[in-house]
Amino acid sequence: MNFDKEFDASGLNCPLPIIKTKKSLTDMESGKVLKVIATDCGAVKDMQAFADQTGNKLLSSTEEGGKYIFFMQKK
Amino acid sequence: MTTKKMAIIATKGTLDMAYPPFILASTAAALGYEVQIFFTFYGLQLLRKDLSDVKISPLANPAMPMPVPMPVMVQMLPGMESMATMMMKQKLAKHGVASLEELRDLCLEADVKFIACQMTVDLFEFDKSEFIDNVEYGGATMFMGFAGDTDVCLFI
Repeated sequence: MNFDKEFDASGLNCPLPIIKTKKSLTDMESGKVLKVIATDCGAVKDMQAFADQTGNKLLSSTEEGGKYIFFMQKK
Repeated sequence: MTTKKMAIIATKGTLDMAYPPFILASTAAALGYEVQIFFTFYGLQLLRKDLSDVKISPLANPAMPMPVPMPVMVQMLPGMESMATMMMKQKLAKHGVASLEELRDLCLEADVKFIACQMTVDLFEFDKSEFIDNVEYGGATMFMGFAGDTDVCLFI
């Protein structure tokens, strides 16, 4: 999937992946896509909840070899 | 969409009880909430510039998981509190959990408002110069002005 920016949250634990994802989105334009990589399994539900509550769109959420990959489109 | 609001009353000053207010506040702020934390009694310790005195004690804390079972008589020996604190901090770092300082900074960066209870500041004769600068001083009435209009209000 194409993306405009990447944020690697590997090694970070709750709530840092979400807070830093929010910060990464801040300077992005509406419609742009942020790729987030995380190792915290709690991030799977948290990313969806973040998208639901903020209006940003979670385009995909997958797992690859112990890493969780998210594509978040800015509102 | 109107902005959601959250108010937290932070009353504890130990390492374990310091995390929930800062985690919830920084997360809520990331979700777009307007957040205020009212620090009162021992919670005021969390406003100090230097947080190295925030500790965890195994004493009277039977739910704390210990690497080896430790009788209370041993837990009360000098240095046990510092040792438990050091071990807990190492554990937090190993698991990628932010330090208290980092979480507090994230709160401030996200415009979480910190209010220190003036009455308990006076009661314990705290020196305001030992607190971080981004603190407002007020009482319960001032806090209720905000808390009464919130979507989430927590006592920690």
